Formats: sequence, C-alpha cells, structure tokens
Amino acid sequence: MKEQILKEISPNDLLTEIMKIKNDGYRMVAITCTNKNGMELTYSFDKDYELLNIRLTTDTETELPSISILYPYSFLYENEIKELFGVKITGIMPDFNDNLYKIPVKTPFGVNE
Amino acid sequence: MGNRTIVPFGPQHPVLPEPIHLDLVLEDETVVEAIPRIGYIHRGLEKLVEKRDYQQYCYVAERICGICSFMHGMGYCMSIERIMDVEVPERGEFLRTIWAELSRLHSHLLWLGLLADAFGFESLFMQSWKLREQVLDIFEETTGGRVIFSVCDIGGVRKDISSEMLMKIKTVLTEMEKELKETTSVFINDTTVKLRTKGVGVLTKQMAFDLGAVGPMARASGIEMDMRTQGYSAYGKLDFKPITNDGGDCYARTRVRIKEMFQSINLIRQCIDIIPGGEINVKVKGTPNGEQFIRLEQPRGEVVYYTKANGTKFLDRVRVRTPTFANLPALLETLKNCSLADVPILILTIDPCISCTER
Amino acid sequence: MSVFKMSKTLLKNIFHGPYTVPYPVKKKETYDRTRGKIGISIDDCIFCGMCERRCPTGAIQTDKAKTSWSIERLKCIQCGYCSEVCPKKCLTMENQYTAPSYGNVRDEYVKCTNIQSPGES
Repeated sequence: MKEQILKEISPNDLLTEIMKIKNDGYRMVAITCTNKNGMELTYSFDKDYELLNIRLTTDTETELPSISILYPYSFLYENEIKELFGVKITGIMPDFNDNLYKIPVKTPFGVNE
Repeated sequence: MGNRTIVPFGPQHPVLPEPIHLDLVLEDETVVEAIPRIGYIHRGLEKLVEKRDYQQYCYVAERICGICSFMHGMGYCMSIERIMDVEVPERGEFLRTIWAELSRLHSHLLWLGLLADAFGFESLFMQSWKLREQVLDIFEETTGGRVIFSVCDIGGVRKDISSEMLMKIKTVLTEMEKELKETTSVFINDTTVKLRTKGVGVLTKQMAFDLGAVGPMARASGIEMDMRTQGYSAYGKLDFKPITNDGGDCYARTRVRIKEMFQSINLIRQCIDIIPGGEINVKVKGTPNGEQFIRLEQPRGEVVYYTKANGTKFLDRVRVRTPTFANLPALLETLKNCSLADVPILILTIDPCISCTER
Repeated sequence: MSVFKMSKTLLKNIFHGPYTVPYPVKKKETYDRTRGKIGISIDDCIFCGMCERRCPTGAIQTDKAKTSWSIERLKCIQCGYCSEVCPKKCLTMENQYTAPSYGNVRDEYVKCTNIQSPGES
C-alpha cells in the first residue's frame, strides 16, 4: 500500500491549507475526531490512492471555520462532530443544529462525562 | 410556484432494508429537495471501545452490520495488525479473501432482490434471494454462521477450510453461475426494468467526483476507483480490473454490480486454484501502540478504518467511515428534480446500509 | 418488446415445487460447524474464571466456592471465544440451537465434590 502522510497545522491555517489541497485535485475522504488531551481533528484527503492527513488540535471553546464552502459535502461530517463532540464549527451549510442524530444526551463523546 | 407539500419518507417503508428518514419537499409530484434525518440505529459502538479490550472488540466490530459483517471484522483486524506489525500467514490471507468475495457476492444478490422488489417485480426478488441461499449455506458449512461469522481474528483466521470443501465451493459456484446468468439477463434485457431505471438519477463524472461518491456509484459514472487494486490481503496476487460504465444512471449501476458479481466468482476460483498450504494464524501477544488508517473495498464502496491505541489493552478510538455515509450527499443531489415515484429506486441505488452509517 | 424473459424460469419453478423447508414440521439440518450453543463438561472445569473475563457480553458467571458455572442463554452471542481460551478445554460449541423461551434463561451447572458440603443441584 502507498504511504500515508500526516501533517500537523494550527487551526488558523485551516482554510488556506485546504484551499491548496483542493486546487491540487484531492478528494475528501473523512473527518475524524478523537477526544484525548484536547480535541484532535484529522482531515483525510485522497488522490490516486495516496492518503494525506491534516491534523489539528483544539478544544471545545475555540471556533473553527467550516470547510463546506470548499468541499460542500463535508456538512455531514461536521454536523456529526459538532453534535457528538461539542466542537464549535461555524458556518456549516446546511447546519442541522444538533438535529442530525436525535440523541437525548448532549455531546456524549465530549469532555463533560 | 406550484403547491408545496412536505411528505415524510418515513423510517418504516417496505422498500428500505433499514430505517432512514427523509423529508421530501414536493412541488406537484416533483421533488424539490430532501432533508435527511438519521439516528434510528445509533448504538454507540464507537464508545464501546472504552469498555471492551482490543481482542473482544473483534466480535463487536463484526456486528456493526449484518450484510457487510465480514469486511468490518477484517478491516478492524487489519488495522490492529498494521499497528502491531504482525504478518498474517499466506493461507490466512487467501482464506480471508475467499470469504470477503463471497460476502460481496451475497451482498450484491441481496441488493438485486431489493431493487426488483422496489419496482414490484416480486418473482425476480424471490429468484435472486433463492440464489443467495446457496451462498449462505456455504457460509454456514465453513464458518458456523449464516450472517455473522466470528472467524476473523487478529493475526489470521480461526477456522480452516479443507480441500474437499474448497472443491465443493467451486462446484456450487459453477452451477450457480448458470442460474445467475439467466436471472441477471432479465435485469439487463427486460423492457419494464429498463423503463424504470434508464435515465433516472443521472450523475455525471464531474458531479460524482465533486460530491465524493464511492464504490459502484462512482464507477458507474466513469471514475475508475477500486481499493482492491492496492493489493491488500491476497488481492495483489489475483488478476482483475475495476469495472466501470459510462452511463451514470440507475441502469448503469445495476450493470456494474451484476458484472462485479461475475468478477467475484472468478476471483474465488482463482484463489482456490492458487491457495498455498501452511498456518492460518499467528499468536499475538502484547498491546498495540500507535495509530493507523486502513482503506478496504466493501461491496458498497470504500471504507476507512482509523484506530488509535495507547499501549494499554483498551483502545483510544476506533472510527469507521462507511461508504453509505459518503454516498449520502450524492443521494440528496440526485433526488432534486425527480418525480415522486422514482424516490424508492433512487434510495436503493446507492445501496443504503444504514446500520453501518450510524454505528 | 421483451417482457417475457422470466417465463422460462417461472415454468421451471411451477414444475419443481417449493424450495422452502416447512419449518417447524421439518427442521433444517445443521452442519458440523454450526454455532448453536455452548456446552460444558463440568467435571473438568477448574473454575479459573478465564471464560467469565473474556466473554464480550458478560453472559458467563463462575463461582469457585459453590463450584458452579452458569450461562445466560439469551445474552450469549455464540462467538466461541470462551471455548478458545479455556485452559482445560471443557467448553465446546454444539451445533443445536437453544429452544425459544419466554424470559431470560440461566443454565447452571454444578460440580459435585465429595470434599465439602455442596448438596445443591
């Protein structure tokens, strides 16, 4: 299998990095979130079977811009992360406002448990 | 501006294998947009990783979905093996490939039956599922279960298949191929099937790429993308090419899946011919530490497994991004400007497996 | 207009008869490897508790003092993990399924020893 590349960036550079990746012709594969020592978000992209991962660490207070202006179908992943983990992502188009999974507990994977 | 109404395409519908809710905004029988609501099958399997250690989680990972159950177990085991640097013996890899291709065969047969049921062709539905019973009998004879196999393990597989059983699988598949040709020729040539599927739900190549479609949805629009060509498991030693079609509509997707079924039978025959002898698994000791992304080709498309381990026997995070989750935006796009009678066919054409989508 | 493609298969089916098994009058036969339920040969058991720790659902309970081994039939998922880790190999996977029941069934097996008092069965 081809190698997987992991790149760490800070939350402020998110949109510029993703714009560069989109112009290169990458396809978005998934957005993963892990709750360990802060919220670790990993954006995965693929081109010709080569996987490129962008990682940034944040917490539930900082606001992150949504990438749905560049990749319109990322709204499902970002709504899920917002609902289950509690990361504040702004500007998702369309935003479901915590109605995607109708679970009774707020942010079950998040920090307050 | 016609008369706008909202019709709930509810969680319970005869055409859906699993519950999903769509609010269809209609304007005089044409769908203007669709708003999805998922969450009826959310079982919190990703959170269960905190309570079950990494070896017990093999059994949980298999039970994420009933139709694609073997591939989930295989993907989870492969990601843990990559982290711990364990090499599975060759015979184990070939056995996993045989079971994986049989899984693909039974999943596509199930889908063909559901598609025939969606436009009311009940007898074709029954014929497809009758052929599927023969595959399920093979599963029960080799692994012990018809749907959930419990046969994939970290370090290999648990049960072996003897050479007489392998020859029997070959004969059963050869007989099944003849009946399969008759049944699938109805799908390809019958006029009523063509009327309901041609020109419905067209996705151009650029649209499929922009929306992130995976699996047969993307391949039927001309994008050649198949994770099996990467050569994981025993696929590096087999000879095959991804199947594409340029139509982009439901008819093209049906043809792609039918050809994939015949390709699976061919791959299983190749595996049985070149399977080596030897061990089927290695003992694994210790605990994993690290993280890994693995991508497999499930019957519905590309699935991504992300595992993160920290050195104790409980894992940090297991994340499964299933192909239906990636195909949902494509579904919402094709639902715009279609007529109400086409909605069940469009939902079935992405092969929805909602229990995978919402672990 | 080819609308009669199915006729050949349909005619064949009319003369063949039903392909289904009339359960419960006639049961489907199981194969050797079918995972039906867990059986134990209680005399070999040493009550180490390995099966209890490894069970993914927590269906097995062992008690060394009372020398009893019990399993909750409806919680068991017939995965076979307990039979693999048992050090004495006294657990086997049998190929007949448990009968349907109305409530939770807990099957208890007690090993009789002549050393101390257990008289329960």
